[in-house]
Amino acid sequence: MATEAHGEETGGLVFHPLDQFIVKPLFGGEGPIHWYTITNVTLWLALAVLAIIALFIFGTRGRAVVPSRSQSVAEVLYGFTYKMVEDVAGKDAVKFFPYIFTLFMFILVSNYLGLLPMSFATTSHIAVTAVLALAVFLTVTIVGFVKNGVGFLSLFWVSSAPLVLRPILAIIELISYFVRPVSHSIRLGGNIMAGHAVMKVFAGFAAIAAVSPIAVLSITAIYGLEMLVAGVQAYVFTILTVVYLKDALHPAH
Amino acid sequence: MASGTEQTATDAAHGAADMAHEAGGAGMPQLDFGTFPNQIFWLVVALVVIFFVLSRVALPRIASVLAERQGTITNDIAAAEELKQKAVEAEDAYNQALAEARAEAQKIAAEAKAEIQAELDKATAVAEAEISAKAAESEKAIADIRAGAVESVKAVAKDATKDILGAFGTKADAKSITAAVTARMKG
Repeated sequence: MATEAHGEETGGLVFHPLDQFIVKPLFGGEGPIHWYTITNVTLWLALAVLAIIALFIFGTRGRAVVPSRSQSVAEVLYGFTYKMVEDVAGKDAVKFFPYIFTLFMFILVSNYLGLLPMSFATTSHIAVTAVLALAVFLTVTIVGFVKNGVGFLSLFWVSSAPLVLRPILAIIELISYFVRPVSHSIRLGGNIMAGHAVMKVFAGFAAIAAVSPIAVLSITAIYGLEMLVAGVQAYVFTILTVVYLKDALHPAH
Repeated sequence: MASGTEQTATDAAHGAADMAHEAGGAGMPQLDFGTFPNQIFWLVVALVVIFFVLSRVALPRIASVLAERQGTITNDIAAAEELKQKAVEAEDAYNQALAEARAEAQKIAAEAKAEIQAELDKATAVAEAEISAKAAESEKAIADIRAGAVESVKAVAKDATKDILGAFGTKADAKSITAAVTARMKG
């Protein structure tokens, strides 16, 4: 494989920090990847789905008034997200709660599954995060126009600014609106990818005896940081979605 | 909306697939467009499954559990309020009973006191009557004794007067002596 070949050039040190992100078929060796091919992406997406089912279906099967541990976790996540949607976007945004909760749970679970050793981080791929961000962008835009009609354009018309500034602000607002899906997707994918790549680089250094203790300690420290990043990025993605939804439901500044 | 994205990505990917596979080793796997249709397809499948599992089963279940818990808590608080009310009533009844008992006790004590007072008054009256009767008797006895004593003194005085006059050689008649002694004793 090409990656192994160019790894040899560095001599003793072998760095493949990006190899962990390669999409490859699970069965049948190095065959071509069609849209239906079962790959490592499929495996780790399926594991995320199973983890969510385990927590939210199996974990809450008791329906207990005094909850079990897994039911408590499910309830805390539910309550946290529900309150966030209600507080930020208002009561009328609550009907979008299942959609937002789906996004939040998928990103959260995928981020943490990606931190397992030897795993594949699905949320480190721009293809995945771009689909999520574009889905949010399209939903928000469609909801905005359906709910407010042409009035949704008042989002770009800053009525509190002086009249001469308004056209300029409108252009800036318009650009920032269309940049949203880009920043929304790259923020998540970039954070997860960078964290995993840095850990792999330190793992490469661990091959040298002199620096290996430092490298191992660094991996530990970065891993701790990544545990934080995984949760924070899932939260950031979700709260931005809710903020965009608020813009769509109440476009007036 | 997702299927539209998938479609455009598929189109782009078909052209870029071979090129990306060649460059895949050197570049970022994230930019290997050949894998995009695959990732997007499976992502959409996963998201749809998660959405249906959550919105059809998990979220209604959690919502009902939370509502039930809220109901239980409200009921328990109402029951506690009721019991508290009962406790307050019981305390009131106890205090009232205590006040009644105290009043009763005071009444009984007052009655007993009055009875004792009446008996005491009666006994005092009887004793006073007895005492005054005794005193009257004693007075009479003293008066008798005094009268007796006066008589005796008169007799002794007459005798002594007669004897004294006799010693002086004067013979005095009994009548004049008696008159003299009686006159002296009056003075």
